[in-house]
Amino acid sequence: MSGPAEPLPTLPRVPPAFACQGLEKRYGGKLALGGVDLRVEPGELIGLLGPNGAGKSTLTKIACGLVRAGAGSAEVGGAPAGSAEARAAIGYLAELFRFPDWLTADELVRLHQRLAESDGGAKERAELLSLVGLEDAADVRVGAMSKGMQQRLGIAQALVGAPSLLLLDEPTSALDPIGRRVVRDLLRELRSRGVAVLLNSHLLSEVELVCDRVAILSAGLIVAEGAPSDLTRPRGLEVETETGVRSYPDATREEVPEIVAGVVGSGASVYGVRLLESTLEDAYLEVLGG
Amino acid sequence: MTGTLIIAGYTLRECVRRRVFVVVLVLSVVFLGLYGLGTDSAFDEAQLLTGQAAFDEKVLVGSTLLGLAMFTTLFLGAVLAAFLTLNGVRGDADRGLLQPLVVRPVGRTTVLAGRFAAAASVCVAYVLAMYGAALLITGATGGWWPDEALGPALGLAGGVVIIAGLSLLGSVWLSATANGIAVFMLFGAGLAAGLLGQIGEALDADTLKTVAEVTSWALPFEALYQAGLHGLTTETSGITGVVVELGPFGGAQEGGALLWPWAVAYLAVVAALARFGFARRDL
Repeated sequence: MSGPAEPLPTLPRVPPAFACQGLEKRYGGKLALGGVDLRVEPGELIGLLGPNGAGKSTLTKIACGLVRAGAGSAEVGGAPAGSAEARAAIGYLAELFRFPDWLTADELVRLHQRLAESDGGAKERAELLSLVGLEDAADVRVGAMSKGMQQRLGIAQALVGAPSLLLLDEPTSALDPIGRRVVRDLLRELRSRGVAVLLNSHLLSEVELVCDRVAILSAGLIVAEGAPSDLTRPRGLEVETETGVRSYPDATREEVPEIVAGVVGSGASVYGVRLLESTLEDAYLEVLGG
Repeated sequence: MTGTLIIAGYTLRECVRRRVFVVVLVLSVVFLGLYGLGTDSAFDEAQLLTGQAAFDEKVLVGSTLLGLAMFTTLFLGAVLAAFLTLNGVRGDADRGLLQPLVVRPVGRTTVLAGRFAAAASVCVAYVLAMYGAALLITGATGGWWPDEALGPALGLAGGVVIIAGLSLLGSVWLSATANGIAVFMLFGAGLAAGLLGQIGEALDADTLKTVAEVTSWALPFEALYQAGLHGLTTETSGITGVVVELGPFGGAQEGGALLWPWAVAYLAVVAALARFGFARRDL
C-alpha cells in the first residue's frame, strides 16, 4: 500500500516581461493613453502599431521610466516600471535618439556597459557590434556614421547587459533593406534566447514578418490585438487560365478543389491558383478606418 | 557613487574631445600675459609716487589689480560653469542625448550629480589656478601680497560652484538659450547689487545697503566673491584702507560667520529642487 501522495512541487511563477493595466497618460489636456492593458511574455515579440500620436512611444517610455503614468500600473519583470530593478532588465532605443558624436562605437558601448554594470568586457562589445554588422566600425566616431549605422549602433547599446525586455521605437526607420534584414534576423535570434521585444514601427510588413503578436493603438487605446494571422482574413481565390485570371472573392480554402475541377471541366487550362489573404496593412487600415 | 563618477568622467571626456580645455587654456594664458604686462607697468608708475602720496601706493595698486583679476576670474568661471551645465537636462533631453543614459540603472539623480560634480570640479580647478597665477604675478612684479591669500581663493571657488548649481537647476526646466540668458542675468544682477552695496557703504545709504544685503542672501555667489575681495586688504587700515575702500575692487563687504553655512545650505536647496524637478520631468 502506498502512503499519501506527496504534493507536487510548485514551479515559481514567471512574471511577464512587461505588463500594464489601465495605463493612462495625459500631456496637459491631450490624452496620450486612455487605459491600456498589455502583457508581453518572456521571449514574445510584440509589434505596437498605430498612427502618429496614437500613444505608442508614450507606452514605451512609461515602460522604461522616462515618462510617468497618470493612472494605472506598469511592471517590467514584476518590478514597477521606472524602478532601478526594472531599468536593469530593459534595453531601449528611442525613436529620436542621439549619441555623442565624439564617442567611437566601441566607447559608446563601453560607456553603456559601465552604466548597466555589465561585466561582459571587450568580448561583449565585439559580439554586439558584430550582431548589428558594425564589427569593422568599432573605432569610427558616431559623428562620422550614417543615420543607418547610428541606428544599428543604437540597437547594440540597447542589448548591453543582456536585457530581458527590449523596447525598440522605430528601430529600422533609417535602415536600408539589408540593414532591415539584419535587424529582423537579430530579433528572431533574441526571441530564441528568451528576450521579449516590444517593437514600435510604422513598417507593417516588417512587423508582420517577425512579430508573434501585434497591438494596434489609436487615440490612446488598443483597438485590435492578436497574432498577425488572426488579424488578417481570407479574400478569396484567383485562378489563372489561358483566357485570363478568374476571381472568386468569397471562396474559401476548402472550396479550391471544387472550383478548380469546375474550371478544368469547362475546358479551360489552369496555369495557377492563388488563395488570397488580406495583409496586416489591410487589417490596420480597416481597424483605423483608413 | 560609481555611477556619479562614470557620468562625471563622461562629461569631462566630452570637454577634452570638444577642445573646451584647450580653448580655455589658451585664452587664460593670453589674459595672464596681459595681466602680467599691465601689473608690471602699473607698479612702475606707482613707484613714481613713492614718498609723495599719503597712502601706500603698492597696496592700492596691488589690491586693485588682484581684485580686477578676481573679477575676471569669477566672470570666466561663471562662463565655464554656465556652458558646462546649461544643457544639462532639458537641452540634452530635447536632443535625445539624455534618454539613453537615464534608462540605465544609475538613474536620474546620479546623472544629475555626475554632471554637477564634473562642472563644479572643472570650475573650481580653473578659478583656483587663475587666482593663484594672478596672485603670483602680482607678488612677483610688485612685491605686494594680499593680507589673506586662501579666503579669496575659497570665495571664488564657492561662487562658481553655486553658479554651476543654479545653471544645472535652470536646465531642468529651461532650454539652453533661455537658461544661459537666465544665468548671466542672475550673475549680472549679483554683481550690480554688490557694487550698489559698496556705493551704499560709501554714501551711507540704507536703501542701497538693504538691496545689496538681500541680494547677497538670494545670490550667495556674489557675497562669497565680495568676502574674498575683502580678504585681500582685511588688515589694511589708516588712509590706505580708506583709499582702497573707494576703489571698485577693494574694501568689499566681509561675509560674516553665517556666509559659508548659508552658501552650503543654499546649494543643498538648489540640489534638492533640481532633483525633485528632474524626477518629475517626462522625457
